[in-house]
Amino acid sequence: MADLHLPGTLTPLFAGLPRRLDIEAATVNDAISELERQWPGLRDRLCEPGPSLRTHIHVYVDRERASLSTPLEARSRVDVIAAISGG
Amino acid sequence: MPKTLLLVGTRKGAFLLESDADRRDWNVRGPFCEGWPVYHAIHDAGTGTIYAAAASEWHGSAVWRSKDLGETWTLSSEGIGYPEDSSRKVSKVSTLAARNGRVLVGVEAPGIFESKDGGETFSLLTTLEGQPGSEAWDDPANQPPGHLGISAIALDKDNDSRFWAIVQGVGLFETTDDAASWTPRNRGLRADWPRPHEEVGFCVHKVVRSDDTRLYQQNHVGMHRSDDDGHSWTEITEGLPTEFGFAAAAHPHDRDTFYVVPLAPLHGRTMPDGKATVWQTKDAGSSWKPLRKGLPQEDAWLGVLREAMAIDTYDSPGLYFGTSTGQVFASNDEGGSWNEIASYLPPISSVEVAIVD
Repeated sequence: MADLHLPGTLTPLFAGLPRRLDIEAATVNDAISELERQWPGLRDRLCEPGPSLRTHIHVYVDRERASLSTPLEARSRVDVIAAISGG
Repeated sequence: MPKTLLLVGTRKGAFLLESDADRRDWNVRGPFCEGWPVYHAIHDAGTGTIYAAAASEWHGSAVWRSKDLGETWTLSSEGIGYPEDSSRKVSKVSTLAARNGRVLVGVEAPGIFESKDGGETFSLLTTLEGQPGSEAWDDPANQPPGHLGISAIALDKDNDSRFWAIVQGVGLFETTDDAASWTPRNRGLRADWPRPHEEVGFCVHKVVRSDDTRLYQQNHVGMHRSDDDGHSWTEITEGLPTEFGFAAAAHPHDRDTFYVVPLAPLHGRTMPDGKATVWQTKDAGSSWKPLRKGLPQEDAWLGVLREAMAIDTYDSPGLYFGTSTGQVFASNDEGGSWNEIASYLPPISSVEVAIVD
């Protein structure tokens, strides 16, 4: 099970979506697919057609910058970051 | 007693301003849509649903909807996207039009998506493919500032298959067969720049329809009027302080009365001389009168964007506009006098008005 952490901007958009959850997935893309299965529409909030991660959505797996194809280990920590600043 | 509802789209979410039919005292609710930048918020009178076109820097574009006048909101972007193998991308949902549960969504790169289920799912209706100039629409080097794509959609009041769309920096187009085909409607417009195609290359900012044959248009260069439903245009700028502006509104009961907010045309794009003024014609553009009573007349460097002025349909129509600095001004006497009904909202992109029971 990967230890998935989501940004606070995402959780208000989907009823019952927690900031942190355990998820069984082989890659970052698989993790997002599992989120999409449970919360339809969520993939479009994180990914663009291609697919690829949205420009200002950054994902880190065990503190390393990741892409959709990055593999997950059994106890990987996955951080999804809304990565932009502004007023 | 009916309720008057202003729908205000801002850089930090949507707001609702409520009053009764007198339109003197207003209550502000919001922000809604989780603070996403809202480019256009509208009310579908047929279903009572509010829709808001929004685009988050983080989470992309979506259409928010509320079926209970803002008490609860949900969002969807299902189907708003060009095919995976297309070079086109949806960077922004810019504008909305809705009637009886059908929602049209104008996006950039230029295209219109539709929803037939009240905003739950969407499908691509048109990219205006084949129109003169369309081959250049997808080239980022040819995109004008703002990247709005389809910047406005105007519905026919009776015919669901007929509507108009503005392609930013290109011109106005009409369809009479539900977007199966389009016709440029730009004859007679002025353009002070070279154009590769005779029928397009015009900077149409805002088009409003006052009756079955008359349209008014605020263009980048001049105010224009059409008396043949957009087939030809006549410039009516003379008498206005500038030729530039974005917002415009047509009187709902008098085809000769029309309102516009001229702005300084260069970088500032604010009201000339720092005096907040709405200009009114009551003779279809032959003459213009400044409306200033109650509006700030000193150091008021206010901007008003394309969708940020609205007029209601009471016997004595109320007029409203929102500014790029977060003020909302309202008149309940056809622009004769004004009150500032909100002072500290985020920068305002759109103002629409609805009368609800």
